[in-house]
Order: sequence, then C-alpha cells, then structure tokens
Amino acid sequence: MLKIILSRVIQTIVVVFVLVTFVFFAVRAIPGNPFASDKATSAEEEAALKAYYGLDKPLPVQYVNYWKNILVDGDFGDSLAMKGRKVSTLISESFPVSLKLGVISLILGMLIGIPLGIVAALFHNRWQDYLAMVVAMAGICVVAFVLGPIFQISIAAPLDWFNVAGWSRTSDIILPSITLCFGVAAYLARLTRGGMLDVLSQDYIRTAHAKGVPTLQIIVKHAIRPALMPAVTFLGPAFAAIITGSFVVETIFLVPGMGQYFVLGIQSKDYNLVLGLVLFYGILMGIANLLSDIALIFMDPKLRTA
Amino acid sequence: MFRNLLFPALASLAFVSCENRSDVEIANEENILIIGNSNEPKGLDPHLVSGVLESNIIRALFEGLCVEDPAKDSTSLPGAALTWAPSDDFTEWIFNLNPEAKWSDGVPVTAVDFVFSYKRLLSPDPNWPAEYSEMLYFLKNGEAYNRSHFGHILCGNDPDFPLDWETLKKANFEGERSLKLENFVGKKFSDLKEIDLKKLKPYLKEDETIDLAKITAEKVDLKNLSETEKRIFCNAKGIDKLSKEQLQSLKSDSSLVTWTDVVPEEVRQIVLDRLIAHHEAGKPNLWEEAQVGVTAVDDFTLKITLRGPVPFLPEITKHYTWYPVPKHIVLRYGKINTAFSSQWTRPGNLVSNGPFKLKTWRTNHFLEVEKNPHYWDRDQVDLNGIRYLPIKNYYTETRMFGDGQLHMTYTVPSELIPMAKKKYPDQLRQEPYVGVRFIRVNTRKEPLNNPNFRRALATSIDQKAICEKILLGGQKPASGIVPPFGEYKVPGLIQFDPEKARALLKESGYSTDSKFSEIKLLTTNSESGLREAEALQEMWKQQLGIKVRIVQREWTTYLQKQYDADYDLCVAGWIGDYLDPTTFLEMWVADGGNNNTGWGSKEFENLLTKAENTADVAARMDVLSQAEKTILADTPVLPIYWYTTNYLIRPEVKNWNPLLLNNHPFKFVKIEK
Repeated sequence: MLKIILSRVIQTIVVVFVLVTFVFFAVRAIPGNPFASDKATSAEEEAALKAYYGLDKPLPVQYVNYWKNILVDGDFGDSLAMKGRKVSTLISESFPVSLKLGVISLILGMLIGIPLGIVAALFHNRWQDYLAMVVAMAGICVVAFVLGPIFQISIAAPLDWFNVAGWSRTSDIILPSITLCFGVAAYLARLTRGGMLDVLSQDYIRTAHAKGVPTLQIIVKHAIRPALMPAVTFLGPAFAAIITGSFVVETIFLVPGMGQYFVLGIQSKDYNLVLGLVLFYGILMGIANLLSDIALIFMDPKLRTA
Repeated sequence: MFRNLLFPALASLAFVSCENRSDVEIANEENILIIGNSNEPKGLDPHLVSGVLESNIIRALFEGLCVEDPAKDSTSLPGAALTWAPSDDFTEWIFNLNPEAKWSDGVPVTAVDFVFSYKRLLSPDPNWPAEYSEMLYFLKNGEAYNRSHFGHILCGNDPDFPLDWETLKKANFEGERSLKLENFVGKKFSDLKEIDLKKLKPYLKEDETIDLAKITAEKVDLKNLSETEKRIFCNAKGIDKLSKEQLQSLKSDSSLVTWTDVVPEEVRQIVLDRLIAHHEAGKPNLWEEAQVGVTAVDDFTLKITLRGPVPFLPEITKHYTWYPVPKHIVLRYGKINTAFSSQWTRPGNLVSNGPFKLKTWRTNHFLEVEKNPHYWDRDQVDLNGIRYLPIKNYYTETRMFGDGQLHMTYTVPSELIPMAKKKYPDQLRQEPYVGVRFIRVNTRKEPLNNPNFRRALATSIDQKAICEKILLGGQKPASGIVPPFGEYKVPGLIQFDPEKARALLKESGYSTDSKFSEIKLLTTNSESGLREAEALQEMWKQQLGIKVRIVQREWTTYLQKQYDADYDLCVAGWIGDYLDPTTFLEMWVADGGNNNTGWGSKEFENLLTKAENTADVAARMDVLSQAEKTILADTPVLPIYWYTTNYLIRPEVKNWNPLLLNNHPFKFVKIEK
C-alpha cells in the first residue's frame, strides 16, 4: 500500500514537472503579447514592463527563475493580466468557491447517475434501460451553455426566491450545481450500467440466484461493489476537474470561481497565471487519481496483491 | 469533508424560501444602486487604468477639479475646485480649490496633491507603465518632461539662451521618425529589403555597406563606428537620447547629427555642454527644470499653464487622468511612481476625494462603494452606495435585470434588442455616444497604398444596412471619423455610393480582375465582430467585385497585429476621452501610437498645430473640420458608424440622463421610493 502511494507521488511529481515545462514553452510560443492594450504602448514602456516581470531574459533563464521562485520563495509570480495581483492570491480566493460548487455537483451527479445506471442494468434492453440511457446521452450532449440559460429562464425567472445569477444568496449555488452535475451523472450512469451488466453475468451471481437469495440482497451485498469500479476510476479525474471550476458555468451564473482563469489566462497571454493553474491542476489530478486508486484497492481484494 | 459541505447545501435548500424580495427591492430600501459593470476591474489607480469599466468606479471614488453636469453636455460644475478663471488667451487657468474638500480620511485636498498627481502621471521613468499620460500633454512642457526631451527642458525653457526654442528645435533632438533602429535588430545589411534600404540611402555613399549589429548593440561606442554608421546612429536616436559618452564624442564633430543651418556651431557646443553636465549630475530635478505648467500657488490655489490656448480645459479636467491622488497615502505604500506593486488602491488602504469611498472589493464577485462622510458636498449625495457586478455574460446580465437583480445593465447585446424593445419599452435606453467604428487601412501595402482604391472601399460600405440590419442599436452611419456634437461641423465626406465607388476603382487603375495579393480583413474573435466582417466582405464583393478574406484573432493577438502593421484592413473603434474633435483627430498624426496605418500628412498636422494655437472657438472648429477633411480625402481609415449606448435602467433610478461621454456623475443619482 505504502509502495503504491509512494510510486504514485513520484509519478505525479514527474508528470507535473513535464507538464509545467511543456506549458512554459508552449504559452510563450503562441502569438500575442501579454502587454498589448487598446491604447498603444511605447517601445520603452513595453521594455520596462518586460523587465519588471522578468520576461526580457532568455527563455532558459526565465525557466530556471520560475522554478527557483516557486521552490525557494513559494512565489508563483504576479498575474500579467490582472496587474498587482499574485497568481497565488487569485487561486486561493477562487478555489474555495469552485471546491464548494464542485463537491455539491459531484454528489448530486452521483446521486442521480449511479441509481440510474443500476436501474438500466437491471432492466437490460427494456424500456427502463432505454429511457435511462437516453437521459444519460442527453446529459452528455446538452452542454452547460444551453442548460444554464434554460434554467435561468424557466426556473429562476418565474420563482421569486431564486436569483438568475450571482453568488451572494445561499440559494445561488443550486442552479449552477445542477447545471454542472448533469455531465457527471450521465457518465456515471453509463459506467455503472456497464459495470453492473458485467457483474450480473458472473457465475457467483448466478449461484446466489440459484441458492434463492432475494434480488435486492444480491445487488446490495454482492453486485454493487465490483460494479462501481469503472465509475470510481472515472470519479478521480472527474473530481479534480469539477472542483477547479468551469468557465461556462461561472460566466453564465456569475460565480467567482477559478474556472474562468483558465480561459482568461490563455486569452490574455498571462503566462504566470496559466502556469500556476497547470501546476495546481496537475497536483490535484495526481491526488485525485491516488485517492481513486486507494478506493479501488479497498473495493477489490484482487488488486491488493498486485 | 463531504459532511461539512453537504450540510450547508441541504440547509440552503431549507432556507431559500426565507427571502422573497428581489435584490433590487432590498437595495432600494438600503438606498444602494446595483449596476452591471462588464468585467473585473484591472485596477483602481486613476493613473494606471485605461478602460471604461474602471472609469465607472473611479468616477464614484474620485473627483476632478470640475464635475460633469448630470443632464447637460459640455457643462462643468464645481468639484474639487470651487471657481476657475482663464487668462484672456486661455493659456493660463487659475483654479480656486474648495477648502472644504477632504480625502475620505479627513485630510484636506490641496493644490499640492494635484501637482503631485500630475507629476506622478507624467513620470518619465520607463518603469512607469501609465498608458494615458498624453492626456496631460495639454500642460506646458508636459510632453517634454514625460518623454525626457532634455534639449527642450535644458535649453528651451531658459529665457537667456542665445537661440529661441522655436528655431533651435529644428535640430534633430527627438530622432528621425522613419529611421527606427529597432527595425534593424538582428538583420544583416545584405539581407535588407528595399523599404529599409530606402531609409538608409540618404546617409550612404555609393556602394557603401554598414554593420547593422554595431549600431543596434545595447551599448554603442561611437569611436568604433565608421563615419556613416555614426551619422546613422546619432540621427536615428536624436540628441535627446544620446548617452553622456556619445554626446562627448559629438562635441568634437557636431555635424554628425542634423542641426540645420540655423543653429551655429557655438550654440551647438552650448547645447551639448548643457546635456553633458546634466547627465554628469545624474539628471537631477528634472521636474523643476522642465517647468511643467502646474503650480500650487498656495494650498488652495492651483495655477495651470497650457501649451496653447485650451478654451475647453474644464471639460478635460473631468477625465480621470486629471483627478488627484492622495499624496500622503500613495507615499505611504511606495514611491511616487511605484506602479502595480503598490498596495494603496487595495480595500482598507484606498483613500479618495469623491462622493464615495471603497467598501468591499472581491475579485470576480462584486465591488461596493459607500458614501464618503468627509465629502464636501455630502448633502447632495443621495445614494448610500453603489454595487458594481462584473457580469461578463451580457445575456445573463439582461436576464438578471429582468429578475430584479440590477438597477441598470452595462449594455444590451444586439440580438436581444428586439426583445428588449418589446418587453422593456420604457426601460431600454438608446443614446448617442461619442465613439466611432472604422476600418484601419494598412497604406504601406499594394493596392491599399492607392487613395482612390481606399476611397472605393469606403464608399461601397452600406453603412445604413450595417446599422439597421445587424446592430439594431440606433447607431448612425458615419460620414467621417469625428462623431457630431456641439459646435463641430462634420465634413460629411464619406457616403455609401456604389456608382461612385466603381468609378473610383476604375480611376485607381485597378479592376476586379487585377492581380494583387488577397486582401485580408482582421477582426476580433467575437460573434458580433464576425457578423460585421461578413457584411463588409459581402458588400465589397457585390459592389466592387473585390474578394476579401476574414481573419479572426483573439483580442491581444488582434491588437499586436495592428501595432506590428501585420494586417491589410482591420475593423476597430475609438471612444472619445473628452468632448472635442481633437480626441479623434490627434491619433492620426504620422507614427502616432494609435495610428498604425502608415499614413501621415504634413498638411493634416499643420492644421492640428494651427488649431492648437487658435483661441477663438468657432475658428478653431473650422480648422479642425478642415483637418478631418484632409484625412477623409486620403481615406487611410474607412468610417462605418457612430456609436450609441444601449442599456436597461429601472424606472426608480432618477437623474440618469443621456450624456454623450456616458460619464454619469453618481453624486446626483437618486433612487425614488
């Protein structure tokens, strides 16, 4: 177990390192200028800005400095787009918002998706199955920028106690989390259905049936745990993705989360912001994968010896 | 962790029904105005921002010498200054500050704060990233100080100098405009293109070659250069930009730089001596020496001396670049020109002199200001506060307005205007706004270097169709680059006229089948940008048979391509900073930072200078109108339409009237109960 955790941690470090290195050079290669503004900047001003942010140095020096600042001073640099603000401040202000929204939508997604998948598997190839899969397919296909406005118009506008968008009332979290949960629920439903169908065809389930164990008991005691394994594998990365926010949901519902920074960073060529996010997201992804691996080990005894 | 998060979620479901009043109803009771403000502000330092949305907040926090009238354009009410009076020729103004005016921490606002602010904005330090310092070039010597024109400062301001500045300035102090050394960095002489060679030609003897690496090096020692290289280097840089050592070498042979015949040798030596002495002393007290036209006569009297007559100065003092910043606070959190690293604008630190002060600022969430108890005219201020919401999605914004979450929107997307007209007939406002949409033409490229060809493109744009079929916001077809306002007479030269366009194309010597490389139309990657570009593309194809390809780029790349002159045609816009035609005309001077078309005209610039020195308002407007005519006749820019603002506003908001600059003074706004 320890060995697995340790190897996972080392893997994560290597992956994050490679990722940051690649992104470091990639963002600098895309056309555009972080200091371009609708008012012209003189050559001297631009040179001064570049010097201030250390962008006047050769790329390898910038690269070494970037790591040095992080490892020695714990400094992820200043945002180039939102001047005067540190990348670390931007992330630490917005991450709690995205975490709260993400965890709630993930739980909602699980509550909807897993039962839907189980029902579909139990009524394999019957109308209940088809209905559940149509719903799941719709959840994957109908994207947030369609769903969000539909909720705003059909739920928030007619109901007095719902706001269309914002982040000041407790009720403000409901619509964005429902919008976000659909995608997760849809994937979970399909994965659970697949897992369940696989398990239900196993010999030990048939044996249980033959011994006269009631169906409900078979499912709860014997089938669910192995059937959920594909879903759990998916949940790791999905967790990391959903708690880092969504550009679409945040701009539609005016949520001060961190998803919008991914887009803002690239659009405004904010190198430091992009790198900070990649680093943060990479580490989160590593942790989430590790957690889902550990969960799988607990769920499947066969993996423990492997 | 899940349990911790799940509980509030469930609790919230139980509590949601407690508050049935809308945000606006609650805000009306608290007397707070909620407005959509488009995006997260980039900052609140009046000297370091350049956007409209930041100015909406800064206008509530700070106050200039004069304040905008809530209902009448071009009318100035007392602000930080109680009274003001110009000299007869409008070159000198005295502003009597209000002794009651105080910063939000109770410290009086004095003339010293104003001098400090203008010195700060004009700071010549290259580390000072202010984008809007040219707004203070109205001040005498403001530009010379800001751009470190040492010759002007050290010799031009001295009444005892043997030669007057008008004569002396003919010498090459500022460097040759067309000869930019940056363009030669990393290039070899043998690889130079015709365009670049042409610029060097006047300096080269026949078949002579030079070492470009030497003259573009970071530190250039004149001793190592050939005669020609010296000449090119010195003239490209200009006397003002030469280092101490370079000036010393110049002393032995002053003819390396162009002085013109009117500057005799002994005067040249005096100029060089002064500059060298200044550099040797470490450039002390440039501000004092520059004698920039702003002085604190006493604590409450501010004297402003201008570069020429400016009869409309009170208009300009309403722009946020002319607002004062609190000297005592700015210096507490840094030096005079500490830029983004200064914390003085953060909540808790920021001190302002306007009707409101900063209360809360949460990134991407909201920013709220509250009434400033120290404001001199606090009895006039009705609102208790203003909440700015950074709503980037304008569709969401319109929905929020409909749901009672906003008093006022930032805009209405053109797709929603027909709906808004039906659903909110009394709340939708469509008002003229001094701004112009146009197409920049890269006049360096063929066939766009042909004025008739450009004119043909301009007159084949069906502007009315763009306004009425695509934009729907009440925009007006633009017959020129200055929108109509006040006493300015628009020359009205550009009109949709397909017959004439075809005739012009014929005159230009080009035709539909002429071979020229494909013309590309650069625009942003927005949906509205694409629709507009497609309409233009279709019009040119239909009227002239010219095929144009649309190139969409995201914002920063789009801007950079313009600055790099890496485009053929480019759709762009410009919004006036103050109510005077110069705000639209000055950008088109040759090599102006926002020109980017490669176009320039001596005649045009002479007319601008003439207007600068004309005090009579009517005569001045005529000169400016003539200047616009010169640029339109040459058409380096194709006007499309004049802007309007479209927004939704609730009926209980009072004293919010149409203003051409859209700079509404919040101190007069009331919420009627």
